[in-house]
Amino acid sequence: MSYISNTADQSQAMLAACGLSTMEDLFQDIPKRLKPRSFNLPEAMSELEVHSRLKRMAGRNAADLTCFIGGGYYEHFIPAAVDAATMRSEFYTAYTPYQPEISQGTLQAIYEYQSQICRLTGMEVSNASLYDGGTALYEACQMALNTTGREQIIVDGGVNPIYCKILESYMANHAEVKLTKIPAAPGQAQRDRIKAVLCDETAVLVLQNPNFFGTVDDHSDLVEECHKRGVLVIQLVYPIAMALLKTPGEMGVDIAIGEGQSLGIPLSFGGPYLGFLATTKNLVRKMPGRLVGRTVDRNDKECFVLTLQAREQHIRRDKAISNICTNQALCALRAHVYMSLMGREGLRELAGICHARAEFAKARFKQIPGVQVAESAPTFNEFTLRLPKKADAVVGELVGRGIVPGLPLGRFYSEMENCLLVAVTEMRTKAEICKLAENLESVL
Amino acid sequence: MKIIFDKSVQGRRGVTLPQLEPGVEAQLKIDGRYLRAQPAELPELSELDVMRHFTALSNRNFGVDSGFYPLGSCTMKYNPKICEKVAALDGFAGLHPFLPQLPQGGELTQGALEVIYELEALLCEISGMAACTLQPLAGAHGELCGMSLIAAYHRDRGNTEKKEILIPDEAHGTNPASAVGVGFATKPVPTDPVTGRLDIEALRGMINDRTAGIMLTNPNTLGIFNSEIDQVVELAHSHDALVYYDGANLNAVLGAFRPGDAGIDVMHINLHKTFATPHGCGGPGSGPVCVRENLVEYLPVSRVVKKQDNTFALDYEQPKSIGYTAPFYGSFLVYLKAYVYILSLGRQGLIEASQHAVLNANYLMNMLKSDYDLPYDRRCMHEFVLSASRQAKQGVHAMDIAKALIDRGFHPPTVYFPLIVKEAIMIEPTETESKETLDTFIQAMKEIAAVANSDPQSLNAAPVNTRISRPDEVQAARGMDFNYCPQD
Amino acid sequence: MTPNDRKYTKTHEWIMVDGDTATVGISDHAQEALGDITFVDPAAVGKELKQGEECAVIESVKAASEIYAPIDGKVAEINPEIDSTPELVNHDPYAQGWILKLSNINQSQLDALLDAAAYDALTGK
Repeated sequence: MSYISNTADQSQAMLAACGLSTMEDLFQDIPKRLKPRSFNLPEAMSELEVHSRLKRMAGRNAADLTCFIGGGYYEHFIPAAVDAATMRSEFYTAYTPYQPEISQGTLQAIYEYQSQICRLTGMEVSNASLYDGGTALYEACQMALNTTGREQIIVDGGVNPIYCKILESYMANHAEVKLTKIPAAPGQAQRDRIKAVLCDETAVLVLQNPNFFGTVDDHSDLVEECHKRGVLVIQLVYPIAMALLKTPGEMGVDIAIGEGQSLGIPLSFGGPYLGFLATTKNLVRKMPGRLVGRTVDRNDKECFVLTLQAREQHIRRDKAISNICTNQALCALRAHVYMSLMGREGLRELAGICHARAEFAKARFKQIPGVQVAESAPTFNEFTLRLPKKADAVVGELVGRGIVPGLPLGRFYSEMENCLLVAVTEMRTKAEICKLAENLESVL
Repeated sequence: MKIIFDKSVQGRRGVTLPQLEPGVEAQLKIDGRYLRAQPAELPELSELDVMRHFTALSNRNFGVDSGFYPLGSCTMKYNPKICEKVAALDGFAGLHPFLPQLPQGGELTQGALEVIYELEALLCEISGMAACTLQPLAGAHGELCGMSLIAAYHRDRGNTEKKEILIPDEAHGTNPASAVGVGFATKPVPTDPVTGRLDIEALRGMINDRTAGIMLTNPNTLGIFNSEIDQVVELAHSHDALVYYDGANLNAVLGAFRPGDAGIDVMHINLHKTFATPHGCGGPGSGPVCVRENLVEYLPVSRVVKKQDNTFALDYEQPKSIGYTAPFYGSFLVYLKAYVYILSLGRQGLIEASQHAVLNANYLMNMLKSDYDLPYDRRCMHEFVLSASRQAKQGVHAMDIAKALIDRGFHPPTVYFPLIVKEAIMIEPTETESKETLDTFIQAMKEIAAVANSDPQSLNAAPVNTRISRPDEVQAARGMDFNYCPQD
Repeated sequence: MTPNDRKYTKTHEWIMVDGDTATVGISDHAQEALGDITFVDPAAVGKELKQGEECAVIESVKAASEIYAPIDGKVAEINPEIDSTPELVNHDPYAQGWILKLSNINQSQLDALLDAAAYDALTGK
């Protein structure tokens, strides 16, 4: 299948206009010694053949399991209108809105997305998006290091271990940065352990709410303690939970970040996802990523434009605050359409369903002999179970029956081999929860 | 057009959610002190309201499907629709990324792991490199990954003095920003004003024991191929410096040049440019990184391996790996589209794509060089850079020409980049455009050049056929209105 | 008119000494070249600067330019108006649009700087 429009005659006429006779003449600047030593690729396929082949490959993936896995990445229902709106090709075949007069659609949508994220998190300004939650943590930490001029990062034990691994990879290139990790444990942030390492050299404290183990917290006291010492606070949040929980804005957090996948973006085997980052007005110039501002045109008509670009790589080059350029605009658009459909009441109701079914599951699983809920603090839609045997083994047995009961935590924390992290969204019905409970009973 | 929050009507709903089953209590089991004081003020709209709003917004946009989009350095080629259809298959879109990490989970995702394994192999063959990771989430993210690999290589060898990266002055701004992001300092290498290529003598004078690497783009941002690239590599290697190849312009050389054959150590490929995945009004992209044998052991985890029984599995046992650069396996649904594109075109189709991309660019350049200044008058690759210096004397600048093109139904080329050309107009037509389209563009450019002489002021007012005129960017920057608050 | 009461640098800063302190800004030529200024980010009060070190960054819509210390000194004061009204640098670069004041200055470095006539010659006025 070829997507070239020109016919052989047209190509010949164009070559002649350039004073050339063959296609090879166009490549005379590439000397013989630099010609490919090999270019051994398959022959072309028709659209029909490609589709059949890929359909077969898709069929070898188990996308239809009854899945209780979360761990920061959740299966939520996506209304059909999200696809219908974002698949308009005026959106998805456009580039970054560098020409505002013919990009007002993208620009207004991003401005509205920024406003939605602010309303959800209680923060003052959001950027246009980052790659994902994990790289957003890295960018937010860089922002805090640059703002404070200090070099210590403290990461609470409740922060998603995948984000921690991404942060560690990048910080390995910056020997001067000291990364202090609080040991992980289910339950709320361990105040004593954090305060024991917090000092005047600390640039930033990283917290998560609900944390990786599902626990809900109010970090206001920690924020106050940090601000007394000139330390900034980053809080990772789960956007669906924000419909109910105390916001980072209410807690006085400096930088709120998170994974936006839950907002209408399919699980997609790991991406593309959506990193969001929101902060306070006084830190806006330290914020990475693109930003859309509202202004007027020459006739005083309201319009939108990319702004504060002097922070960015295409202008500041080696002095830019981040190298990011292409971001996740279409994913941000999906999130915006999703939040618009859900609306003020819909998102609250959805969060309520997730929480109610999770509480039902928690109560039901507690009745299984030998199973304990790992902590007593409140949780939103995810919680940690202690099983009487290795969680890996339990998962292995149930996957064969079409159920994935949760994420075994031994993979991340060797001391938690018996722990299973269970997530419940609106996709999991009471009947499925009961079926999982019965299956757990049968293998424990 | 009204902002979405101003369309909100209290009590209106855009979704209906399932009822809780009997026995599932609705009451919140979270103490009030953990809850937000007020609901998030998201808009209250019907599904129809939402569709009308976003359809109206889409009508205020311009994509490749709308018209000619010769945005230099961005490779705005046609995005085949089969790619979107495949990416929407539930076996791909609905797949949880944790599944292959579960015990026996590999069996649950064999199709997806095969896509990764096969695409990595295809990209290695296309680039002539030894190994590939699909993890980087965009071109700039690939640069950050590639620079991390160079840093890890030198750390591993105890090359503590290697702290500098040399970068040509015509390079994309991401290059210096990425090098600094990994802790390197950068120095610009001048471009030879006659050939438009990297000044290799200047490079010889700059390279020393502190040099960790060189980053280059070939063809460069002037659209000129550097035939001395193997000599640059040799020079770098003689100082134990590595060479990074920015694959942003790979669309010029498919089947005509492979970076690996010139000895390049590490490179990224922008799948959203060369391999036709859509730009999505600014992302998501995908920026796989390919390396030579010397860097394979540092690649990020996980790696997909093919076992003896021909099944695929994830491998995390890479002791020298730089670790995680993305949460899972990269932008899967994006590179899946690139995989579909490569299979569709096949070997000959990819070669022809580059041939037609280069032909279209040369044709445009030849037809326009009498009307505009051409600072580097020589055969170009997939793109070329004009200068509006001649028109600027009449008060018509590159930006005015860009806006005048909008009035004539085209997306403008890239302007004011590369920085080393005054009044730069950077044009990249891509291979999918027809001669008829190019001819109408040529006509428009010639007409604008004529108007720049006869009535220059009229071009300063452009565009006039759009929904808005030029925005007040100074007010945008000073006013800092990024978050809609109706009382403002 | 380029004021005669101060010195200039080749990188377009001006400096005016008054006793032990000196005031620093940018020339009319520089503000014109930058266009509409949207933000000025001066070095923090108390920062010790060597001649030629960055003492502020000035942003316009499409560019960001570093401003360098004309002589050694310590940042003593920042123009309190400049954060909220950066356009002062455009409208009145030699008076209300000053950027910062230096103390602990090295006056011996002043002689090598340009006077108004030499600066005008440099900018082709």
